[in-house]
Amino acid sequence: MIVIEWLLLIFLIVCAIAVSISKNLLNSVIIFMSYSLVMAVIWVLLRSPDLAITEAAVGAGVTSVLFFLALRKIGQMGHKEDEEK
Amino acid sequence: MNEELKAIWRSLFDWVMGNGPRPENEVIPPEPPPDLPFTLKPKDKYSRFHEATLKERYSQWVEIHGLHIFSIVYSGLSVLTCVVVVSLLLATVAELPPFGDEKNPANNEVIRRYVEHGGHETGAQNIVAGLILDYRAFDTFGESAVLFTAAVSVLMILGASRRNKQDNELSPNVNEDGKNFLQRGPPIKTFRKDDAILRGVATLSIPVILMMGCVVVINGHLSPGGGFSGGAILSTALILAANAYGFERVHDFFNERTFIVSSSTALMIYALSKGYSFFTGANHLHSIIPKGTIGNILSGGLILPLNICVGLIVAGTLYGFYALFSEGDM
Repeated sequence: MIVIEWLLLIFLIVCAIAVSISKNLLNSVIIFMSYSLVMAVIWVLLRSPDLAITEAAVGAGVTSVLFFLALRKIGQMGHKEDEEK
Repeated sequence: MNEELKAIWRSLFDWVMGNGPRPENEVIPPEPPPDLPFTLKPKDKYSRFHEATLKERYSQWVEIHGLHIFSIVYSGLSVLTCVVVVSLLLATVAELPPFGDEKNPANNEVIRRYVEHGGHETGAQNIVAGLILDYRAFDTFGESAVLFTAAVSVLMILGASRRNKQDNELSPNVNEDGKNFLQRGPPIKTFRKDDAILRGVATLSIPVILMMGCVVVINGHLSPGGGFSGGAILSTALILAANAYGFERVHDFFNERTFIVSSSTALMIYALSKGYSFFTGANHLHSIIPKGTIGNILSGGLILPLNICVGLIVAGTLYGFYALFSEGDM
């Protein structure tokens, strides 16, 4: 169990650094999503399932959807259809 | 001596104020290299006979070197600000009590009271729900009010421009579907009719997500979860439905009017049931609602209806954000 916790923590730190150094904004949002999912698992391991549910629903779900929406608003999603037009 | 002083004063005066109007037999030197930034009308500024005033020279100097100086000052100030803020925060962290210490101010008698008496005082099996919806219910009331206020502000700001456009019948932003779009740019394509995979996945998963959200909300006092997380799950189901079937289908059962009515009603119920804390302070009124048996679905007094209220507010708010930001409509 300790090994899993350490692996998750290392993954968390790697995700946090990768979000900030990633050039592609879409990649950043997806990495942020995985960060929230790992964080939810860590909350479960820390015995706070309430926070885990909230983190999975808000952090990985709604926040990422709103980020995707913002990226589409500023035209950073890289739509190939729009370029064809 | 006096003449020399006068001459010096004269030259100084010329240096500051310039020496009058430009002479007509002025020889204009060749233009400065064109790669100098921000040189405006170099022919007027470079003359052999005309002594420019101090103000002219200053503005010219600013035009040439100002951006460079500004960038140096800017980066210096930003580094200084960062260092100050980071050192302040680090000093604050150094002053914090050590993690996990017994004598920390957070480890007072309140925790033991909550853990030992929380069950029969609030009637909730999930002690977190008992905390945030019974002991600390007015905090949750504030959070719900903040969410509701944010959603109503977005609705007011984005909805006002939509209403103005609807008044103007010859609006240029109406596309082929006859739908008003808020943004000035090209309308966002949120609905693809040929996306069979998304539709199939949504058809399978939306009932499950809705059930999960309802279970999390209603079992908030028995199992982990509660109004906020359950409401967020419900809103993700709504967002998925809007993406798979289009906003029109969701609009049939959840629109602006539904949102306003449900959120206002939920907030009013919450305010009526827990708003007394603002007047009585920490002293609880004696609740006449029976606590019920711990572990039953109908237990915990007001916690179950309050969870439902918070869930309604959160679900409506989060879906409202998505719908308003993407479509400008709800």
